[in-house]
Amino acid sequence: MKHLLSTRDLDRETAVRILDIAEEMSRTAARAVRKLPTLRGKTVVNLFFEDSTRTRLSFESAAKRLSADVITFSAKGSSVSKGESLKDTAQTLEAMGADAIVVRHGVSGAAELLAHAGWIDATIVNAGDGTHEHPTQALLDAYTIRSRRFGDDARGRDLAGLRIVIVGDILHSRVARSNVWLLTALGAHVHLVAPRTLLPSGIATWPVIVHESLDDALATAPDAVMMLRIQSERMHDAYFPSEREYAREWGLTAERATRLGPDTMVMHPGPMNRGLEISSVAADSPASTVLDQVSNGVFVRMAVLYLLVAGESQEES
Amino acid sequence: MTSILVRAASMLGGGREDLRIRDGEIASRGSLTPERGETVIDADGLVALPGLVDLHTHLREPGFEASETVLTGTRAAASGGFTAVHAMANTSPVADTAGVVEQVARLGEEHGYATVRPIGAVTVGLAGERLAEIGAMARSRAAVRVFSDDGLCVADPLLMRRALEYVATFGGVIAQHAQEPRLTEGAQMNEGALSGELGLAGWPAVAEEAIVARDVLLAEHVGARLHICHVSTAGSVDIVRWAKARGIAVTAEVTPHHLLLTEELARGYDARFKVNPPLRRDEDVHALRAALADGTIDIVATDHAPHPSEAKECAWAEAAFGMVGLESALSVVQHTMIDSGMIEWADIARVLSQAPASIGQLEGYGAPLAIGAPAHLTLVDPAVTRTWSTTDLRGRSSNTPYTGRELPGRVMATIHAGTITVSEGDLVDPAVLGMTERG
Repeated sequence: MKHLLSTRDLDRETAVRILDIAEEMSRTAARAVRKLPTLRGKTVVNLFFEDSTRTRLSFESAAKRLSADVITFSAKGSSVSKGESLKDTAQTLEAMGADAIVVRHGVSGAAELLAHAGWIDATIVNAGDGTHEHPTQALLDAYTIRSRRFGDDARGRDLAGLRIVIVGDILHSRVARSNVWLLTALGAHVHLVAPRTLLPSGIATWPVIVHESLDDALATAPDAVMMLRIQSERMHDAYFPSEREYAREWGLTAERATRLGPDTMVMHPGPMNRGLEISSVAADSPASTVLDQVSNGVFVRMAVLYLLVAGESQEES
Repeated sequence: MTSILVRAASMLGGGREDLRIRDGEIASRGSLTPERGETVIDADGLVALPGLVDLHTHLREPGFEASETVLTGTRAAASGGFTAVHAMANTSPVADTAGVVEQVARLGEEHGYATVRPIGAVTVGLAGERLAEIGAMARSRAAVRVFSDDGLCVADPLLMRRALEYVATFGGVIAQHAQEPRLTEGAQMNEGALSGELGLAGWPAVAEEAIVARDVLLAEHVGARLHICHVSTAGSVDIVRWAKARGIAVTAEVTPHHLLLTEELARGYDARFKVNPPLRRDEDVHALRAALADGTIDIVATDHAPHPSEAKECAWAEAAFGMVGLESALSVVQHTMIDSGMIEWADIARVLSQAPASIGQLEGYGAPLAIGAPAHLTLVDPAVTRTWSTTDLRGRSSNTPYTGRELPGRVMATIHAGTITVSEGDLVDPAVLGMTERG
């Protein structure tokens, strides 16, 4: 595997392998010296065309724990030709010796373009491209579900038979897309819940079950309920009448949270709009995995960088 | 002017004949003997077509000379067998005054590769707010007959009604770019399962079809002519077919790329395949081919849209819409329509010459190659195939979507107003053409 661009093409074996390596990485967090020498001498560049403090910090932290040299480049909103700057910036960074480029971009397909346009040879890790995919987020979600459900017995397992409900703005969500493909590859049953205005066209061809009522979806006794963030720019473009109606129909209200089974996880990729898609009661309950997701993100990203960047040098030696 | 003898060309609906061209006209036909000093073109095995006419070309001058100029665009046109092109109005300044359209027409005359007919803007600055000076453009030396805000839709229904009526006053026609703007805000590709998967904002078929339906009804109501640019969906074909059956004066065009390519090409996010209207589904491609074959769609027009490489070498949503098409048009139409058995070469003369000349009211073009007719002539070798590459292009930009594809047919010679512009498959030098290169 040279790049990680999407979860669409990840098969079960590869996905389980990444999760198992992430599990190994989590063990190192408990040690006195948390650094591994794996990527010593390698340069990992975080190229962020979009603000995302938490994803950037998570990748930085992952690369540093593997002893890579880390350069972070925030190229947000260059006013000239944004396209030209993508090509030029990538070529510049490679000329500086980047072995891997972790790219976050507001436009769908940007990571794919960097990997395949022939501009550069570096390994590309997609850290979120437009409304397309966010593969490491899906991997950390899968990791979180697996370790909560199976604990010490998680290694080597997939998510066969688990029921995962994803709620909210599927249309604009790269997190939802990556999760649908990955969780399905791992054997889980994915249910989506949203008003029709926030479902992508062609949803009938996806390997999912679609509900228009959150209560119907919750009645299926899911293993996890993943709430998606509602972006503020959606609120004034006729996707739904008002925030209050959204919260009432598709929010994980305190009342709905009390109806969840004792083992149902409450997930959110963050940052949360408390009171809109998720109530504080739900977000702060023991069922919530929100903080686990953050710490697991570092392990999963360590695993991805290890596989993509260190794999090559091991073959050489 | 020396005379030209075209030997043994395959004439449409007939056998092989020689043609003599003199003083810009077809002087004689039949079995002819070469004369002293005469230029001889060996057309054995070549099909003789009336010079091709494009109703939809972006020449980019004035204002966007980094993409194309009148000179480079007409060179691309000639190499594709075109002897006349209609230059779209979305230049800078916009072709919304007599001054701009006269300048564009004059540049075409000076360069001599093809006749350039400017298309006038419908609204001032293409802003969709008030009518441009349509009368002044119609009465100018450029004698504009086609008006379009192409690139943008005349979306305001009242303004469209007025435009249809007012243009009719001057014997013109509105060429509508049918795209409901609110339904296509931020749109990047055909709306469907693939756009949902790729996370690209959808350009739904209904946004085209709603405008086509509205405008054929408006044309009927006010008794005016309407032309629909680059029809791209099966639903639009159904509406145009219905309108024609009802007697509404509507004509329609399809681009070569919509006859061949589908939305699947968006999968790799290669922006060479980003175009407006977008590439659609396989079902749409087949509906468009059938509509061209049965006459529901009247013409093929290239929508030749040159862009510099930096406008295409970027992330999909940041890239420009459009692809070049003049050089490849005839090959794509041969591939999709003739080699598939849907139409014959005589139909090519209709859809790529006679009908576009008629819609554009371009006199002297598109007529059969009869004695006394103006000598606009395209000689094509249908038997060759080539693997398309950017080296087959003759314009300033290289945003062709056909790179690496096997395409049949090649224009071996083009004669524009009695002057050879393409010989032995490539452009004639401007000095030989007897024109000054002032571009």
